Amino acid sequence: MTTTDTPSTEDRPAAAPDTTPVLRARGLVKTYGHVVGLDGVDLDLFPGEVLAIIGDNGAGKSTLIKCLTGAEIPDQGEILLDGERVHFRRPQDARAAGIETVYQTLAVAPSLDIASNLYLGREVRRPGPLGSVLRLTDRAGMREAARRHLTDLGISTLQDVTVPVENLSGGQRQAVAVARAAAFGSKVVVLDEPTAALGVRESGQVLQLVRTLRDKGVPVIIISHNMPHVFEIADRIHVQRLGRRAATITPRSHTMTEAVALMTGAAEA
Amino acid sequence: MSATTTAPQADPAAEFLDRRGPLERARGVLHRYPALSPAIVLVLSVIVFGLLNERFLAPANLSLITQQVAVVGTLAVAQTLIILTAGIDLSVGSVMVLASMVMAQLASSAGVPPALALLLGLVVGMACGGLNGFLVTRFRLPPFIATLGTFNVFTALALLYSHGATVRGGDMPAALTWTGSTFSLGGVRVSTGVLLMLAAYLAVAFALSRTAWGKHVYAVGDDKEAARLSGISVNRVLVSVYLTAGAILALASWIQIGRANAASPNVGVDMNLDSITAVVIGGTSLFGGRGTVWGTLLGALIVGVFRNGLSLAGLDVLYQTLAVGILVIVAVSLDQWIRKVRK
Repeated sequence: MTTTDTPSTEDRPAAAPDTTPVLRARGLVKTYGHVVGLDGVDLDLFPGEVLAIIGDNGAGKSTLIKCLTGAEIPDQGEILLDGERVHFRRPQDARAAGIETVYQTLAVAPSLDIASNLYLGREVRRPGPLGSVLRLTDRAGMREAARRHLTDLGISTLQDVTVPVENLSGGQRQAVAVARAAAFGSKVVVLDEPTAALGVRESGQVLQLVRTLRDKGVPVIIISHNMPHVFEIADRIHVQRLGRRAATITPRSHTMTEAVALMTGAAEA
Repeated sequence: MSATTTAPQADPAAEFLDRRGPLERARGVLHRYPALSPAIVLVLSVIVFGLLNERFLAPANLSLITQQVAVVGTLAVAQTLIILTAGIDLSVGSVMVLASMVMAQLASSAGVPPALALLLGLVVGMACGGLNGFLVTRFRLPPFIATLGTFNVFTALALLYSHGATVRGGDMPAALTWTGSTFSLGGVRVSTGVLLMLAAYLAVAFALSRTAWGKHVYAVGDDKEAARLSGISVNRVLVSVYLTAGAILALASWIQIGRANAASPNVGVDMNLDSITAVVIGGTSLFGGRGTVWGTLLGALIVGVFRNGLSLAGLDVLYQTLAVGILVIVAVSLDQWIRKVRK
């Protein structure tokens, strides 16, 4: 079933034009030698929305995301987070500013358990000299917090946080990666092709997770090739073409066919 | 949330295991506890050798086995750390020899106070480890190649520095051979070197399982790119691992001096492969990210038990080598089979 004509998102306020975007990019340019990755792209992400980025291969989706999350440094243009100009040099900078990314490759450590993965790179130490001198991590505390956090997100399939991630299914691993981003992404969560490797039921669970995140007030950027998923989950759709923003549409204003036409250049916005 | 209000579900992994046959279930358990299979092998081999020869289980013989294992066992702690990061260190034996020659010569002919000589040996060990780490991170050399090179460099340096001469224990201050001293513990002679080895195991096991650094070591060994994207400074972790390994190798030098009651530039070079053997038999994966130091301790003990038991059974030393070779092949095959769990 398509959701293009169902007014399922109408009960939520559409982003008003006068709202300050959480994340705004203006005139980003990124070239690799003679190859132009981004050719002056603009992007706006408003509070509490799911923004999908679609585009053909080579349209600059990944480069755009990399610039927004610190994995690449744009040659020109500016990025504003909550209206403040930011300069990310490394992924850690974007993360410190509250932008969490779930990469397509997931970036989980398969042999570590779920709780360790949620806190990977941000381990919590035990209070007192046990933590400061012996550098003991607060294993019980992290496991408890991980359990609570997963329940908060409605991930019921991950009850035992001591299970190694390699024992999980693809959808469950994705859930771990999304949960980690949700736990620490205070401002923005970026998902790169979160459903690409998943089955129908597992995709549904991940999309539900995205909805839960949005309902908690965290805006989400999602890159996807899967049009039905995009039209199911997105509040607005950023159409990327030839390194620029070709249009910004909504699932109500356009059909999937029209969106694809914008993507490929068969139609103009 | 409707999903959270449903009745709590059983552990999905356990549920999955229950649906499989006994062989698959055993594989799942072995996968979750990598030290389990070497533990079973050790217990079985002790029972078998004990039945074959009553002298095997005599306290004096058990004490001898631990002393024979102490040096390789300590090298294997360092080797485990490096293999956990999906690396390998072919230079551990030569680092140990170089550091032991520095310690022995400084403390004997150069007349340096023993504590300072030991400390300088530690510095040499860490410098060697640091060089390996530098080559692996900055020059991006595969650890196999980097340490193959430094193995030759350190071996040559040890021979050049010592002029190929052995320093006898009698020419050194007592502090250097202290690691060879023994005391009685419930009728069994225990050497100080064995206790120092166990201390190294305890410290590293503790760091690996209870500190953030330990988690990062596993994460780097699992998948370097994933670790980097998780905000872990991969190179810093790798260099810290090689430095730590170098410090443990210096400890092995001290234990070796006590065990042999001498420091020789020609003894210990073949211990590179013995340390890798112990790690592999102990269930640590050569692909990184999976294994424990306790498995390595079991692996080192298994090798010691086999060598000792076969020797007591009156078999030629070549049969010991044959048995260890077969053990390695079986252990790695077992690891491959265990790793096939649910990809």
